[in-house]
Amino acid sequence: MTSLRGKVAIIGAADTAVGIVPNVGATDLCVSAALSAMRDAGVKKDQIDGIITCDSMAEPIMYHAEAIAEYLQIFPRYCMSVGTGGGTTFSIMHHAASAIATGMADTILIAMADSLRSGLTREQAMLMQSSTGHPQFEQPYGPTVPAYYALVGRAHAAKYGTSPEHFASVAVACRKHAALNPTAQMRDPITIDDVLSSRMIADPLHLLDCSLVSDGGSAIIMTSAERAKDFAQRPVYMLGVGEGHGHEHISQAQSLTTSAAVESGQRAYKMAGLTAADMDFAQLYDCFTPTVVIELEDLGFCSKGEGGPFAASGAIELGGQLPINTHGGMLSHCHPGNPGSMFALTETVFQLRGSVQPERQVKNAEVAMVHAQGGIMSSHTSLILGSEAN
Amino acid sequence: MGKIQPPINAISKPYWDGCQQGVLRVQRCVACRHLQLYPRILCTQCTSTELDWVAVSGKGKIASYTVVTRAISKAYAAPYVVALIDLDEGPRMMSTIIDSDGSDVAVGMAVNVAFQAWSETVTMPVFHID
Repeated sequence: MTSLRGKVAIIGAADTAVGIVPNVGATDLCVSAALSAMRDAGVKKDQIDGIITCDSMAEPIMYHAEAIAEYLQIFPRYCMSVGTGGGTTFSIMHHAASAIATGMADTILIAMADSLRSGLTREQAMLMQSSTGHPQFEQPYGPTVPAYYALVGRAHAAKYGTSPEHFASVAVACRKHAALNPTAQMRDPITIDDVLSSRMIADPLHLLDCSLVSDGGSAIIMTSAERAKDFAQRPVYMLGVGEGHGHEHISQAQSLTTSAAVESGQRAYKMAGLTAADMDFAQLYDCFTPTVVIELEDLGFCSKGEGGPFAASGAIELGGQLPINTHGGMLSHCHPGNPGSMFALTETVFQLRGSVQPERQVKNAEVAMVHAQGGIMSSHTSLILGSEAN
Repeated sequence: MGKIQPPINAISKPYWDGCQQGVLRVQRCVACRHLQLYPRILCTQCTSTELDWVAVSGKGKIASYTVVTRAISKAYAAPYVVALIDLDEGPRMMSTIIDSDGSDVAVGMAVNVAFQAWSETVTMPVFHID
């Protein structure tokens, strides 16, 4: 089996406006992101022969990728909608890279958008929340989405002594980065005390331990490494990718405190021939603050159980040992649901191109880990991107 | 709007019937004696499809919990506890801790099963601190 290492590259990337974007439906947001990514890459419609999307909750479409292709009047030979929750973004990248490597398609458009903020009523949003979890053995007890992650956070606290301050330090770091990003939804700096004094949602998670609810869309264009040189932008190469799937329901998790990010990370590092120590920065899925603490450990950035103190040490802030979520993450930049980590992906592309605002630019940014998970610490994909193919 | 009701099916019916009768049951593999929840058409340990049901003690320990202060719907009165319980016999299950606002709950605490009506036809297993 041949490795995907260095075989494909991202040649275009773009986000729509994010946060509160009323009067634009999720389908239009998705197409708008696609169009911007095509312009960024200098790719014409007829050069795209693959399309991958994920469905929207605000404007669900039965065959979503086909509908987006039809809307754009693109007639692809490879067309697929993927649904692995928040992990969708990077599992899609895995599929797209494989499709290009095997000749299923040459140039693939990956576009995602949703309008959870403006496109759903509060009742619809709560109904969506209550559909998470096992219908018979979890849902009747009334767990909210924050409650599932609170179970994970509490277990980590009980086992390793992780404190509310440790969790809060993740939110503070993300907000610090968002304050440097003009496109972020929430830009006012916050302190540990602000997090701890914000309303309790599901103990130990306060309001500011929870990600945002947003509208927004984002897209990238991927092609083979050889073809990538023909387009407008400096390509960003895929050096490693790996998935790990541990469970779907939290009551079935083999461990509440160690996730399948261990496997996804190891698979990605192995393909890239790199280790955690080689990463110049990382974008880690931050639906809730404990998620990041566990990812820091499971992806090898610190020892098991040390994620809390590592986060609180300032290591995850710009200028630190491993800056994370340099755009502000889903905690402060935006979180429109399944497309949430697309913005971490486009940010990574911009960082590796060296094209973000100077105050937010990671110095000598050459290699990055981007990781997302879906479900309740269930479905993990790790991606290693680099500014050079080798 | 009432509480969320479990969509009971043929595989899970003995579990829910047990709850109506005040008995907590888990599925047992006839071949390898593995105990499992939720019920399935196969044993997750040996993939045998010969399974029966066995009553458990209803005793367990809290693996983790949270106090939900923003309720999922008006049918649920916040604050309420959502917990993961490790049954003494092995399987882990989600449940709630009754007669508690959460302030007296801790990971590792021993709990005992009780049963609470969720609708006219459905009874749910819940737990109280031992």
